[in-house]
Amino acid sequence: MRWTMRNLDTIAAAMATHVLLVGAALLIAVAIALPLGIAVARRPTAQRLVLGTASVLYSLPTLALFALLLPLLGLGFWPALVALVTYAVPVLLRALVAGIAGLPPAVLDAAEGMGLTPRQRLWQVELPLALPALLGGLRIAAVTLVSAATVAAYISAGGLGTLILTGLDQGHTEKILVGAGLVALLALLLDQAIGLAQRRAAA
Amino acid sequence: MEAITQGLAWLQANPGRFGETVLDHLLLSLTGLGIGIALALPLGVAVARSAWLAEIAIGGAGLLRTIPSLAVLAALLPWLGVGFTPSVVALALLAIPPVLVNTVTGLNGVDRAARDAAEGLGLTRRQQALQVELPLAAPMIFAGLRISAVQVVSAAALATFIGGGGLGDLVTQGLALLDFGRMLVGAVAIAALALLTEAGLGVLERRVAARVGA
Repeated sequence: MRWTMRNLDTIAAAMATHVLLVGAALLIAVAIALPLGIAVARRPTAQRLVLGTASVLYSLPTLALFALLLPLLGLGFWPALVALVTYAVPVLLRALVAGIAGLPPAVLDAAEGMGLTPRQRLWQVELPLALPALLGGLRIAAVTLVSAATVAAYISAGGLGTLILTGLDQGHTEKILVGAGLVALLALLLDQAIGLAQRRAAA
Repeated sequence: MEAITQGLAWLQANPGRFGETVLDHLLLSLTGLGIGIALALPLGVAVARSAWLAEIAIGGAGLLRTIPSLAVLAALLPWLGVGFTPSVVALALLAIPPVLVNTVTGLNGVDRAARDAAEGLGLTRRQQALQVELPLAAPMIFAGLRISAVQVVSAAALATFIGGGGLGDLVTQGLALLDFGRMLVGAVAIAALALLTEAGLGVLERRVAARVGA
């Protein structure tokens, strides 16, 4: 524990970068996925196209995606952020489209019968009812991003992965375990927190 | 475009090295996946019968699934060292949750009437499981297998960080030596392998589902 005690500031900085990477990527991804998902949710052809592309992007292994973007974007925080957004958008899209498409037709008919415009129906009926599904997507996206952001250390993005990779290079067991432990803790905490919000929204 | 030319040039100069890392990658993935399935499938069958054991298993699988792959690989190092063995153990751990969860939910989703009919026919517990429940749960179990396989092929790329070899070696060496051709070949091969696994097992999965449905 001596290394940990003497390097609390380094550890805190790595944690802060990690949280910033994941948080910023999630925000940007929601800003992209929300309008895109709403636009394609009721258009079967566009939906297939968008979800097909999304599933290919999501299946790309993290290390491969970082390496493929490297010649285009270089090293550091910003390229990592782009890669993380690429991962989060598909998850959110899938959840949002499934949430909206899964609403019972009777609800939509009722909204129409009450004289709501399509815009009102979207904001007052469809999105609130799709919220639990969207939060479910956000939960998977958050856990995926904590994991992917760890590998981002490979392209010098900083974060907790840096502790793991430098620890591995130096054969420094304590550094490796602190990095791995904190990143696992962060993933578990986010998973639980968003899971709680999801259950509240569904209730 | 320049990167693609460099990649092709590296491939032309090092066909043997490329083939070797592909084989390494497949060996790592298949061994890890095989051990993972061999543990998760019987465990799933064993716990599915009891509601509280099933809940514990699914909860544990959820925790394991949440932990980032690189953390799992790195955390084993102090106990197992570096190289092939710790990498395989980590990959097996990553393969367990999807198969375990889908086996349990698949078995518990088997139609009550089918179960009663099997019992009425006088089948033993073992026969019921092997001849009725497992075949009916097969599509769900196979879906878990596909998810595990894609995850393992993907995570095997990270084995390079603990000296496990595989295609990740080309990516890390490429960056270290600023040999972008080598890096790109590694990245494209890793991506292709993951996408092929997903697509190939997806086709098989639909066949399994069609057979059970018929």
